[in-house]
Amino acid sequence: MTADPKGVLTGAHFLDGDQACTEGCLAAGARFAAGYPITPSTEIVERFAQRIPTVGGVFVQMEDELAASIAIQGAVWGGAKAFTVTSGPGFSLMMEHLGYAVMTETPCVLVNVQRGGPSTGLPTLPAQSDMMQARWGSHGDYEIIALSPSSPQECFDLTIQAFNLSEEFRVPVLLMMDECVGHMTEKVVIPEAEGIEIRPRRLTTLPPDQFTLYATNGDMVPDMVHAGMGYRFHVTGLTHDDRGYPAMTAQAQDKLIRRLKGKISTAAERIAFRDEEALDDAEVVVVSYGITARVAQRAIEDARRKGLKVGKLRLITVWPFPERQVRELAGRVKAFVVPELNMGQMALEVERAAGGRARTIPVPHAGGTVHQPADILRAIEEAAK
Amino acid sequence: MIPVEEVATNPVEPFLRMERIPHIWCPGCGIGTSVNSFTRALIESEADLNKIAIVSGIGCTGRVAGYMKLDSFHTTHGRAIPFATGLKLARPDLTVVVYSGDGDLFAIGGNHFIHAARRNIDLKVICVNNLIYAMTGGQAAPTTPVTAVSTTSPYGCYEPPFNLPYLAAAAGATYVARWTTFHVRQLARAMKEILRRKGFSFIEVISPCPTLYQRRNKMGDGLDAMKFYKEHSKVKNGAPTAEVGLDIAGDIIVGKFIEIERPSYADVMRHQLHARLGDRYACEEGAVCQ
Amino acid sequence: MAKGSVSIIVERCKGCAFCVEFCPTKVLALSSAFNAKGYHPPHVVAPEKCSGCDLCGMYCPDFAIYGYKIGKKESEAAA
Repeated sequence: MTADPKGVLTGAHFLDGDQACTEGCLAAGARFAAGYPITPSTEIVERFAQRIPTVGGVFVQMEDELAASIAIQGAVWGGAKAFTVTSGPGFSLMMEHLGYAVMTETPCVLVNVQRGGPSTGLPTLPAQSDMMQARWGSHGDYEIIALSPSSPQECFDLTIQAFNLSEEFRVPVLLMMDECVGHMTEKVVIPEAEGIEIRPRRLTTLPPDQFTLYATNGDMVPDMVHAGMGYRFHVTGLTHDDRGYPAMTAQAQDKLIRRLKGKISTAAERIAFRDEEALDDAEVVVVSYGITARVAQRAIEDARRKGLKVGKLRLITVWPFPERQVRELAGRVKAFVVPELNMGQMALEVERAAGGRARTIPVPHAGGTVHQPADILRAIEEAAK
Repeated sequence: MIPVEEVATNPVEPFLRMERIPHIWCPGCGIGTSVNSFTRALIESEADLNKIAIVSGIGCTGRVAGYMKLDSFHTTHGRAIPFATGLKLARPDLTVVVYSGDGDLFAIGGNHFIHAARRNIDLKVICVNNLIYAMTGGQAAPTTPVTAVSTTSPYGCYEPPFNLPYLAAAAGATYVARWTTFHVRQLARAMKEILRRKGFSFIEVISPCPTLYQRRNKMGDGLDAMKFYKEHSKVKNGAPTAEVGLDIAGDIIVGKFIEIERPSYADVMRHQLHARLGDRYACEEGAVCQ
Repeated sequence: MAKGSVSIIVERCKGCAFCVEFCPTKVLALSSAFNAKGYHPPHVVAPEKCSGCDLCGMYCPDFAIYGYKIGKKESEAAA
């Protein structure tokens, strides 16, 4: 289906990444948001609070991020598409309900506009240091989908993509922005509503007496129902059987966890979106994402002017990680250069996927600003030796 | 051979997920008794059961949602109220009941409770107060009376407990009552009242916990607690909530303490948005834009 | 002639005796026999006194007993 025109602000706009994210939420059909103010993400819900009354929906400012991240799930089970936004400290608090959404298969979107950490860290300055928290931050075994935009336009586009993936797989999807992209203002083109593809919720067509809450049919994603439809269903964060009833056995755990992981891992290649350039004859590949990809772009171009064979692998989907692509590249390139605004997080993943067949050269940065292109260029030159 | 008539039906059964019965609660626990009152309230309120959702947190009372044949949500520890807030705001047509324990609602979930009461979210909050963290084995809770022994207050509790009706009233609840599991009919009537009224409504249900609370405090079994409630409860409707705090062996003031009208969060939101936006206000789906 | 009667689902009973204690007309007593879980369920000792008030059902935390007015049981059960 295509987007509901009520939420689509068609036209060419001059927006920052946070505002573009809001417009992406509205275009994707989000009609409920709960939030707690935290720099540098707050503008997303500020704009939503301003826009939603005339679109039709609810914004509620909750008492903390624990509340915001579970209020959206209540709204989802009531039938809304819903999201919340935060930054580092709030992201830590939301980990509990990231797990609840994974376990209960509640489609929703969590936006993290990353700033420097740990703890209160650098509230107004950028980082990309929550990337591993995005993957592993909630307790237990699970798979996650996380997207990382590099521009305000992508903040709009990937927010819609995040909602679509959350509905397709019935998972929480993380939009891992950063302060720079969030506060960077650029041209954002919002298409006509009929040009925006929207994945509707997977609602069952079975009547209540034939419906089982977590029974799957074909793929590994069960169809959903909403409260008030007469199904009288039960949702729990406990390990549960197909009926959704608590099932405290190793067998039930094994079956559930394998399916929750499997529904994403088996689709990993299909949803591992990438932006690639000049990989065919590359000797060095720069792997980057978010704001750092834009700095890396300059370094790549400088390196090419110097005659170095440098390819670009920009991760749009950060999780699941494009493991096969990196493994294949590792067989024919000398090295990967991985600049990121952390002390080496996704670099670990690149190194793991490369499996020792190519060097991985991290270009760490503690955050607070972005890399200098020269820092990345130096690493490329080192890698090309 | 036991000389009794065996008939496997009961008026509560249509409201329960019978495939999950027997439940996990201990002999003499009062949670099941409170559920009886709740089912009677559901019957008498003539509510459309397809439009009632029940939300619980974690703990012994947190299991109530899972036994009720309603749309039911067993959420995370302390977060039943914010989940219910999202559900209610997205679906104003639903009656949303929060059914959880004292530790869940007032320790880990205390912040959510006071804010939902302050906002006057239209939730019906039923707190079974057994004075202890029971599911985890009997640790001191914010409701455990001073001098009571628990596993984490082995020499007697020395923290003052919350007076839950006082807290609820101060935070803005529009209906506040307390009953015990001895007062099954009064409790059912109170539950029926909150099912039918609007606004943040709160009922505290004092309940036995023979296994984790009473045993360590040499208070006998569930029946002893029920007899205590019978002898030591004093009905004082309209009592000032500041005066209804609980002591370890003192009287229990029960009754309906507060019943006031105050516009709900959703009502005020719609009113304000209409006032500022006029016809531009697109009321949320399913809501009555008045 | 009793106005009411009780039904007891013996195997659900956990022997708390709430029903015995709070029956206003003292219809019930705990049995000396055990159910499968080892609890003593109630049994009827004074059937003629039962008013069918269902206070036993209101108290029973295990949904193991209920009272009903004689003559009304079928219609109530169907409701």
